[in-house]
Amino acid sequence: MSNFETTIGLEVHVELKTKSKIFSPSPVEFGDKPNSNTNVIDWGYPGVLPSTNKGVVEDGIKAALALHAQIEPHPHFDRKNYFYPDNPKAYQISQSDKPLAHDGWVEVEVDGKKKKIGIAEMHIEEDAGKLAHEKEHSFVDLNRQGTPLIEIVSKPEISSPKEAYAYLEELRKQIQFTGVSDVKMEEGSMRVDVNISIRPVGQKKLGTKTELKNLNSFTYVEKGLAYEEQRQQRVLMTGGTIGQETRRFDENTGETVLMRVKEGSDDYRYFPEPDLPALDISDAWIDSIKKELPEPPAKRRDRYVNELGITDYDAMVLTQTKEMSDFFDEMVKDGADPKLSANYLQGDVNGYLNDNQVDLQNTKITPKNLATMIKLIMNNTISSKLAKKVFKGITEGKEPKKFVKDNGMVQVSDPSELQPMIDEVISDNPQSVEDFNNGKDRAIGFLVGQIMKKTHGKANPQVVNKMLVDSMKK
Amino acid sequence: MAEKISEEQVKHVAELAKLEISDDQLPYFTKQLEQIIGLFDTLSKVDTTGVEPTSSVTDQINVMREDIAENWHQTQGLLDNAPDTQDGYIRVPTIIDESED
Repeated sequence: MSNFETTIGLEVHVELKTKSKIFSPSPVEFGDKPNSNTNVIDWGYPGVLPSTNKGVVEDGIKAALALHAQIEPHPHFDRKNYFYPDNPKAYQISQSDKPLAHDGWVEVEVDGKKKKIGIAEMHIEEDAGKLAHEKEHSFVDLNRQGTPLIEIVSKPEISSPKEAYAYLEELRKQIQFTGVSDVKMEEGSMRVDVNISIRPVGQKKLGTKTELKNLNSFTYVEKGLAYEEQRQQRVLMTGGTIGQETRRFDENTGETVLMRVKEGSDDYRYFPEPDLPALDISDAWIDSIKKELPEPPAKRRDRYVNELGITDYDAMVLTQTKEMSDFFDEMVKDGADPKLSANYLQGDVNGYLNDNQVDLQNTKITPKNLATMIKLIMNNTISSKLAKKVFKGITEGKEPKKFVKDNGMVQVSDPSELQPMIDEVISDNPQSVEDFNNGKDRAIGFLVGQIMKKTHGKANPQVVNKMLVDSMKK
Repeated sequence: MAEKISEEQVKHVAELAKLEISDDQLPYFTKQLEQIIGLFDTLSKVDTTGVEPTSSVTDQINVMREDIAENWHQTQGLLDNAPDTQDGYIRVPTIIDESED
């Protein structure tokens, strides 16, 4: 292919789901009236003192554990100075020289090859407010000001756009399973900054990197990087040089467009934040947090395969999100067959979620109701055909047992109830009976169909089949 | 000894702080900043042999707030103090986006 190698760096911001802000007790809520969740601390009034939210430190430790990172026993906060209306103090409280954790990794699989990608450091910091720009004015809403964030900085070990995609997927999954964040790019609880450089194979020094903006999904990250990789190669091959610039990804054309050329490096004049007490993170504290951590995806996968006997593939699909995996666990705990549960979650449930573009937790489907339905299938109360109707009831919040009873859907397996109908069908269809007796097995399907029609699909097809054969042989 | 501050550095810092400084004002601010830096020279004279560097001057360790949300209902007062507002927002001159995110 080409004689260049690619180096990609990703900075990922993850918004934490705490109740209050990182340095003030204001509520972390979205969609409220502008500035309604703010106080004097959020506005950076003179004389106010920030206070560290213990929940943020603990969530940060959870994320660090999930990403196999070394936790810094004495992290501290620094002021990052910049002037912009989204930031009323004119500095952001962040961490620079002693971040919460460093040297972590995630393992990705690309084209069948496994690779560990290093995480240089991860730190906790505050988010800025939100600006809405109009022609004459910009409008500032400080509700988001002070929302806790974790920033995760990868080592420059990502060597292709595909790997960048896989890294983001894995990172999202690991964080999601800790429960500290929703990690959804479409809702802004996960944001990605990307830089990329290329260099001739064998060259030690990294090439000049460009930064990409407006990458609002993992797919766009991959596409933007792929375009940029090609563009940089084209420039170098034709004797040009790469400028240190910020480029914007255009979703319509799939190209990156120059936004601005960077002159010199950023100058944030970091210095230690003097207003916050020191932190001392003991092993005992870390251990107690470890105990609170939900089971990670890899362990769940192993358990599903080894203890519940479902396939590798099913286990992989079920552990894509914590919601799905928790849901499955609860169903199995409730006595539903693991294999059937896995089938329904991947089939009917996922189909329903896709059709309606909703998340599992925002539906009326509960693990208990779905487990009950599966148990009704297992004990032959309903056929899998009727289960389709019951499932629809479940999506409307109906309890399956009651739904089955109210709709007269109980499967009929009682021979004394079925025999009169069977006799009737046999006497009404002499031709089919003759065909059957002449060895045409297909004729039985027609007769079973007649019984199903009479019972509105409620007859147990296996029982009907057997009774028909017995009756016709007489 | 205190390093001399150049007028270029003062211009740079002013730019970062979005302050406009005229050429007439430059010597004035340069001298002021030099005096402030000079103060650190005095501080550096203190013998700190054997003292661990610290970022905190209180001896408080792990003093944290539990994660409990409180709304202090200060919005109206804060907006009243803002130079310009509209519909509950703080209104500022349009600024080209150069924020972090």
